[in-house]
Amino acid sequence: MSVVEPSTVTRSAFHPDVESYEQVNRDAMRLLTRPGKGYVALLAMSVALVGLLVFAELHNIIYGLGMVGDNWAVMITTFVFWVGIGHAGTLISAILYLFRAPWRQAIYRFAEAMTVFAVLTAALFPLLHIGRPWFFYWLLPLPSQRGIWPNFRSPLLWDVFAVTTYLTVSSVFFYIGLIPDIAAARDSTTDPMRKKVYGILSLGWRGTDREWRHFTRAYLFLAALATPLVLSVHSVVSWDFAVSIVPGWHTTIFAPYFVAGAILSGVAMVVTLMVPVHKIFRLGAYFTPVHYDRLAKLLLLTSLIVGYAYGMEYFMAYYSGELYERDVFWDRVTGDYWWAGWSMITFNAIVPQLLWIKKIRQNLNAFFIISVFVNIGMWYERFVIIVPSLSHSYEPWKFWNMHMTWVDASLLLGSFGWFFMWFLLFLRYLPGLSMAEIKEVLPPPMKHHAPEQLAHDEAEMVAETLPTGYKEREVR
Amino acid sequence: MSKLRTGVLGVFPHLDTATAAIRRLRKEGFELTVYSPTPRHEVEEALGTKESPVRIFTLVGAFTGTAAGTALATWASIEWPLVVGGKSIIALPAFSVIMFELTILLGALSTVAGLFILGRIPHLGPAEAPMYHPSFTAGNFGVFAHAPRDRYGDVQRIMSESGSEEVLVDQR
Repeated sequence: MSVVEPSTVTRSAFHPDVESYEQVNRDAMRLLTRPGKGYVALLAMSVALVGLLVFAELHNIIYGLGMVGDNWAVMITTFVFWVGIGHAGTLISAILYLFRAPWRQAIYRFAEAMTVFAVLTAALFPLLHIGRPWFFYWLLPLPSQRGIWPNFRSPLLWDVFAVTTYLTVSSVFFYIGLIPDIAAARDSTTDPMRKKVYGILSLGWRGTDREWRHFTRAYLFLAALATPLVLSVHSVVSWDFAVSIVPGWHTTIFAPYFVAGAILSGVAMVVTLMVPVHKIFRLGAYFTPVHYDRLAKLLLLTSLIVGYAYGMEYFMAYYSGELYERDVFWDRVTGDYWWAGWSMITFNAIVPQLLWIKKIRQNLNAFFIISVFVNIGMWYERFVIIVPSLSHSYEPWKFWNMHMTWVDASLLLGSFGWFFMWFLLFLRYLPGLSMAEIKEVLPPPMKHHAPEQLAHDEAEMVAETLPTGYKEREVR
Repeated sequence: MSKLRTGVLGVFPHLDTATAAIRRLRKEGFELTVYSPTPRHEVEEALGTKESPVRIFTLVGAFTGTAAGTALATWASIEWPLVVGGKSIIALPAFSVIMFELTILLGALSTVAGLFILGRIPHLGPAEAPMYHPSFTAGNFGVFAHAPRDRYGDVQRIMSESGSEEVLVDQR
């Protein structure tokens, strides 16, 4: 034990193992050094999967979209899946920022990076499924050579606006938040090449009072703009379906149902990414039991909302007395796709209920496994919405069965490779822990007295009691 | 308003000593540039900083976005009127999505423009204060007093009395 002046050992209730501002920088910079063999192997695997994606897409370009399954079902499913994944990042970085939730600071950078890369992955699919991706600009609000503009009354155009706005704003929000941390990385790295690149990326940030004064305000307004944006994006995605008259799609519940599902899947993906990063880099001082506890509760809440929406869909199908609606919903759980329907219900609405039990909530391995189940379940949710509804529409002679082709499978797997490739590169080259923001929830170093504000913070933190029973102790 | 290009830099490992120095130096009439690893209200209070005008950029950008969204969707629909799906040519419920998304997009982008213009980011040309220390992004607070050479002594005295660990003088 080192002897520390009594006046400087005030610890944050959230990060009791973090001693000082400097330690935050040391730990955050540790993430950027020495990639192990496991990292290289994972990156190689991701790049190989991206190769598969490129190969499948080349096949599409050369031979046409014939090998893409009926109605682009897998591509659309995967598109909605990845857009949804992005939502939890913005929830954590923007909405929890507005709520001043102090457990946000340590995890938001990961969550936000996940958002940007998930939306980047999602953005691939509209481009790939149009068959001739080089004509993607036909999606944009530009007149054709006959002077006709895209149809602004079409949900597909709304989607273009929503997703491109989301990609732009979340990338900007991500980068602005990164600037002070890139500056910190610039100041502490010894590698001359990195110093140069970080120097350019940090835009000359020095943490002056002028910079912080405008930065904190700008960040607040960006958060305030991102909050309604994130709720709108999945609502608009849901209207792609709900505005049509396909039974199983044409319901008003879709917008809130999609948003809740998006947050459920996103939080699950945050946990799926966080637990391995935590274990590999020994980040127990930052990802504390409180963080996991809050995430578990968020997962539980959204799972309940999603479960309610599932139930309500069935109730409305029954109560409306609509023949086709009833038939489609009955078909979902008893028809050709019963396995997908039941996977969705089990993984999204039933399995997460285990998180009511405190022991499971605080067991990282159990929580990780539940989060993986939810990820799978949420992919199935989109699959169930798209495939059984389309394949079991009004006319029995139009019923069809989906066959997944190797191109579909390659695009699906490739999307994971693409996502993980960006995420792994991010981990290695950009600060994954927000140094400046974690310091906000640490008590500031004081020589003489605790500031008035600390007393206020302390009062707030009394309510934030640490859950007990967390056995893992990090070797520091 | 440009600040003096000469001065003295104090390195403070503690927040309270830094704010004490800021208060005393401001009383003496020095212009200051304060470095901090994280935004702290104590520093802003000691400096008497006013509310940042970034919000004006946000507001103007957001309303420009709403107007642009309305104008784009309406004008493009009137340009070549085509009835699709029996909807009216100017369908405000449908256009509201475009209006909303552009409100957010331009609001966010102009907020960033406001941050860059007001915060002088990216830094081109000479920095606001000629002296800097890499520990300011790690754990130390820095107070740079823009002072003419003949007042270096006063500044150094105030800084060490307040509890600065290291006082660096601009020798150029």
